[in-house]
Amino acid sequence: AEGSGAMGGSASLIPRELLGEYQELTFLSKQEILLAYKRFSELLPKEERENACSARVPKSQILTLPELRANPFQHRICHVFSTSEAGDDSMSFEDFLDMLSVFSDSATSDIKSHYAFRIFDFDDDGTLDRKDLEQLVNCLTGQGEESRLSSAEMEQLIQNILEESDIDKDGTINLSEFQHVVSRSPDFARCGGVQV
Amino acid sequence: DGSDDNEEGSTVENEETAKGTDKGRKRATPRTRRSHARGRARHGDEEDDDEEFGTRRAGPRRHRSRRRGRAAGNEASDSDMEPEKARKNQANQKSKEDDEEEEDEKGGKSGKGKNEKKGEKKPDKKGKKEKANKKKKDKKKSGSGSDSESEEEPITEEELAKLKEEVEEKKKLIATLRNKPWKMKKKLSVLKEAQLFVEKFEGALGKGKGKKFYAYKVMMMKKWMKFQRDFENFKTACIPWEMKIKEIESHFGSSVASYFIFLRWMYGINMILFGLTFGLVMVPEALMGKPYGSLPRKTVPRAEEATAMNFATLWDFSGFAQYSVLFYGYYNNQRTIGWLKFRMPLSYFLVGVGSIGYSFMIVTRTMAKNANDDGGGDDTSFNFSWKMFTSWDYLIGNPETADNKFASITTSFKEAIVEEQESRKEENIHLTRFLRVLANFLALCTLAGSGYLIFFVVRRSQQFALEGLENYGWWERNEVNTVMSLLGMFCPTLFDVISSLENYHPRIALRWQLGRIFALFLGNLYTFIIALMDEINLKARYFLSFTLEEEKIVKYNMTIWEASLYNGTIPENSTAPPIQVDPADVPRGPCWETMVGQEFVRLTVSDMMTTYITILIGDFLRAVFVRFFNYCWCWDLEYGFPSYSEFDISGNVLGLIFNQGMIWMGSFYAPCLPAINVFRLHTSMYLQCWAVMCCNVPQERVFKASRSNNFYMAMLLFILFLSTLPAVYTIVSIPPSFDCGPFSGKTRMFEVISETLEHDFPSWFGKVFGYASNPGLILPFILLMVLSIYYLNATSKSYKEANLELKKKLQSVRIENH
Repeated sequence: AEGSGAMGGSASLIPRELLGEYQELTFLSKQEILLAYKRFSELLPKEERENACSARVPKSQILTLPELRANPFQHRICHVFSTSEAGDDSMSFEDFLDMLSVFSDSATSDIKSHYAFRIFDFDDDGTLDRKDLEQLVNCLTGQGEESRLSSAEMEQLIQNILEESDIDKDGTINLSEFQHVVSRSPDFARCGGVQV
Repeated sequence: DGSDDNEEGSTVENEETAKGTDKGRKRATPRTRRSHARGRARHGDEEDDDEEFGTRRAGPRRHRSRRRGRAAGNEASDSDMEPEKARKNQANQKSKEDDEEEEDEKGGKSGKGKNEKKGEKKPDKKGKKEKANKKKKDKKKSGSGSDSESEEEPITEEELAKLKEEVEEKKKLIATLRNKPWKMKKKLSVLKEAQLFVEKFEGALGKGKGKKFYAYKVMMMKKWMKFQRDFENFKTACIPWEMKIKEIESHFGSSVASYFIFLRWMYGINMILFGLTFGLVMVPEALMGKPYGSLPRKTVPRAEEATAMNFATLWDFSGFAQYSVLFYGYYNNQRTIGWLKFRMPLSYFLVGVGSIGYSFMIVTRTMAKNANDDGGGDDTSFNFSWKMFTSWDYLIGNPETADNKFASITTSFKEAIVEEQESRKEENIHLTRFLRVLANFLALCTLAGSGYLIFFVVRRSQQFALEGLENYGWWERNEVNTVMSLLGMFCPTLFDVISSLENYHPRIALRWQLGRIFALFLGNLYTFIIALMDEINLKARYFLSFTLEEEKIVKYNMTIWEASLYNGTIPENSTAPPIQVDPADVPRGPCWETMVGQEFVRLTVSDMMTTYITILIGDFLRAVFVRFFNYCWCWDLEYGFPSYSEFDISGNVLGLIFNQGMIWMGSFYAPCLPAINVFRLHTSMYLQCWAVMCCNVPQERVFKASRSNNFYMAMLLFILFLSTLPAVYTIVSIPPSFDCGPFSGKTRMFEVISETLEHDFPSWFGKVFGYASNPGLILPFILLMVLSIYYLNATSKSYKEANLELKKKLQSVRIENH
């Protein structure tokens, strides 16, 4: 395995080989991974900090991160990136790295669109159907009553979206249609970017 | 592509059946494809084009291994997978990899046993691949004769090549692993297994011919990869102000941050320009050229000496500042200087031309990159979908900004729905049209007015100069710069007011606004240049017609004056040693280049001061006023007028672009300009970052004008082009001043090139160059370039059309299928 360069100034608790592998497997640089480690271990209670690599952080703690705090998709993001078998959406350090990697600036739009699709797929059925889209719009328009769209407007909006993106006219948007639409957007490449 | 492989597969398969394999057709096909040494390198991420979640497998190699590995036919699922995978996987997967995968992943199955056998075989230098294939086809070692070598031969070139390909494949997989949407655990295990494979077989590949060289190559590659990664890490760590910008992003969203990113990028360009001018022009002259005071052009004239060190003079860039390496006039026209024989005039010329060339190159490159990122998206066909899927700004970390963002998204949804639903209102269209025409007329008047004002002011300043600047106060001296800066400050606001007449959609209104501001700045700059050039031309024409005369006169004056030091007689032959005359006393010729350089420097400095003062007064004082006087004011200052200011992105970006245009224009005459600009951008960054965080509020209408990215770049390119025109014109048509600068004494500035060719290059080079610069050669070349541009344009159009056709076809096919 290729080890990373000997630049470890601060005492990093990630073994060097693992650090090199993480660099290989994510879009993050060495400094970013170390910073991520620091932030992750700060989310843990003091006793568990030594063992941060294998500890899991509960969802409530993850949601206190500033990037996720104001994000309307916070719950979905935790759910998608979490590998917890208990289904409690807790995240391990590797999940955390995965998340940061996908949201970093250097991630390709392929992988971003892939994960975006999974985040928007509220019922996890592999396609975006009407219910998913409705929930999506409601997330985007905020929690206030006055900012929500009326049901007529919602209907119209979803109709327009399906007209535009649903190529095979099956009433749902699958991954390839989603990627097709989103890859053409000039805004998409810049979207995402969780600060490490 | 898929059909291609099927064909290939079937032909080989026929071969194989002929050779007597007893496997089912399905199993034989992919295997025979595999054994057929295609060696096409496929990218690892192609494997991952699975569209459905369901079909995603553990990994491409695993697919293939599952497909191929079970020679005993103990997995029915194998054949199920084959048709699917047959589409994606290509023939260059070699058996060795599969075996390795099996070994690492599955374990405990029949594949493993085969692996070990194969592993043993390898050191025996048997035909690895053929052996493996045979085994898989026939379940045991019975060969089917598909390989042509005997067991005892060393590894042949063919096998070596195949194995190399496998290793390359694995390496590619490792490189693209981060792009796969798998969980970290999976990625880690795939990585480990691929790395093991590569290590194991890279050693093996070293056997045979060229072993040492191969091992050396492999080691160098490893070192190179490591170096690249370290360098990337270093580069990321070196990017300045990253944390600041990220903080701004999280508070204000990405559009405000994009201004700062643009500023940082400009800073980078200016650093390079500064490096060029400082390192190749200013430093050599300062170190190796004649020192201050040795030549007339390098000395402050006696008349000005008294005030030369005053702050006021220095701030005005006269006095000592003028007679220094900062300006064109200081440089000596000696062909080589110092012990290094540094060619100063040549270096000056090349740095000037090179800066422009470098700027062109980097702006075009960035534009191309931006265009790539856009995905060629000029589509408006995904309006709603984009609003839905891409409108959230993930960089926002501040709840207040998030609330604003929610509100703006809702508004934009509602607006878009309304636009879509309603047909165009026929009522009031005449009124709207009339108002728009009126608005445009007013804007044109403003532009014309500002142009005339600048022209008038420049003429007046020339008059002042003629009458002697000492008679006038600060205002008269700095009239031009101040007027230009003030115009730049107030006219955009005026345009904003005018645009409220027009009632356009905000995005269109923004474009009109940007266009008008652009025209304003451009008009101002060019009026300024024309007025300046007018003056120079006047003098130049004056000089041209009287140049020789004037030269003679000045030289005659000098001779006479020298002679007066010899007590009377004008020496015919100056055999006497030249008397040491203080250069400060020598009469000077005019030096228009320095004058132009000074104008630009003054303009830049005043622009800088105006920006800072605007920020301090317009943003900071306003914020302080609103914050502290809110308690004792009748109406709520924070919600009504004046409230806190928003960050004006377009105004700032345009200011930056035009500032850069001035730098490009003036840096040929004043090598100190890039240095001043670097200082200016550096302080700007800190001041504006602080001002934004401290005094501004997030914008109400948070809509991304991100497609404007290339718009700004296009403007920059245009400005660059326009800025280089004056410099090029002067290089080519105006004779340099005879008494100052590195080109004094030549009839045209570019003659320095021919001079260099004569003296420093062998004679054949000069001949070649002469042929190459023949118009008979250059004109056809230009024609060729024009034709190729036309051709590329036509091809890109045809690609776009083909794209549209395919889309339509896709739609119709899907509709048919339902």
